Amino acid sequence: MSQFDISKLPKGSKGFMYDWGSDQRAFKGVPWGKAMMWIFLLSDTFIFSCFLISLMTARASTVVPWPYASEVFGLTVFGTSVPLLLIAIMTFVLITSSGTMAIAVKYGYEKNRKLCGWFLVATALGGLTFVGMQAFEWSKLIFHDGVRPWGNPFGAEQFGAFFFMVTGFHGTHVSIGVIFLFIFARKVFRGDFETGRRGYFTSMKSDYEAIEILGLYWHFVDLVWVFIFAFFYLW
Amino acid sequence: MTSDKKQEVHTHKIGVYLWIWGLLFVFSFFSYMVDYINYQGLLRWSLIIFFMLVKAGLIMAIFMHLYWERWAIVNVLLWPMTAIGVFIAIMAAESYYTFFSRMFYFVVGS
Repeated sequence: MSQFDISKLPKGSKGFMYDWGSDQRAFKGVPWGKAMMWIFLLSDTFIFSCFLISLMTARASTVVPWPYASEVFGLTVFGTSVPLLLIAIMTFVLITSSGTMAIAVKYGYEKNRKLCGWFLVATALGGLTFVGMQAFEWSKLIFHDGVRPWGNPFGAEQFGAFFFMVTGFHGTHVSIGVIFLFIFARKVFRGDFETGRRGYFTSMKSDYEAIEILGLYWHFVDLVWVFIFAFFYLW
Repeated sequence: MTSDKKQEVHTHKIGVYLWIWGLLFVFSFFSYMVDYINYQGLLRWSLIIFFMLVKAGLIMAIFMHLYWERWAIVNVLLWPMTAIGVFIAIMAAESYYTFFSRMFYFVVGS
C-alpha cells in the first residue's frame, strides 16, 4: 500500500470516485479495524432505528393516551417537581464522557500514554455513573411506579415494553463500552502499544488506532442517546 | 499495511474538542428547556428534531472525525440513512392506517 500518498489523492466527490474506482482498497488511509467498526456501527444504527421506528408506530397507532414522559421521569427536589431531571443529568454525564473520550483519542495519537490512560478512566467512570443512574431509574419505575412490559399506571400499555427494550439495549451498549474502556485503559497504562505486547483475545499487536476505534464505539453510544433522548423522553 | 501505520497522524488542538463539548452541553440544555418550558405541538417537535440533528452532526463530524475522513467512507456511512428515512415514512403511513382502523372498528363497530 505504499504506492499512494494520501495527501496527494483527489479530495471530495472526485476523491470518492477515485477511491472507489481505484481497483484497490476503497477506504484509503482507513485502518481495517476502523472500517469494520464503522460498518458494525452502521448495522447497529439500523437496529436502534428499528426500535425507535416501532416506538413511533406503536405510539401513533394506539387509541390509549401515551404516558407523558416529562411527568413519568420527573423528580421531586426540595419539594418542587422538576421534569425529566434525572434524564437531563444522564444526558450531560454521557456527553461529558464523550468529550473525555475524544481527548483520550487525541492524546493516544500524540503517544501521551499517561494522559490517554487517565482520560480513558474518566470516560469509563462517566459511563459507570450513567449506568448507575439508569439502574436507579429502572428500579424506581419497576418498584415504585409498578411499570411492567405489559402495563403501567400511566397510560398505553406498550410504554413499558418500549422503555425496557430501548433503554435496556442502550444500557447494555454502555456497559460493554465501560468494560472495554477499563481493558484498554489497562493496556495503555501497561504500555502495550509501545512494547507491541499481543492482545489476550486477538493475539495481535495493536496501536493507538485501537483507542480511536474504541472511541468511535463510545461516541456512537452517545449518539444513540441523543436520539433516544429526543424520541423517547422529549417527544 | 505497514506503511499505513507509519503515516503521520495529525491530531487536532484540544480546543476543538472542548468547543464541541461546550456546544453539545448548550444544545442539550436547549432541548431540555423545550420540555421544561413545556412547548407543545409543531414547535416542540421541530425544536426537538433540530437540536437532535445538530448534536448528532457535531458528534459525528468532530468527535468521530468524519469531517476529516475521505468521502469514500463518509458516503458509505451516510447514504444508508436514506433507507431509514424511507422506512420511517412507510411506517408512519402504516401507523396512521392502523390508528384509523382501530378508531373505526372500536368506535363504529362496537
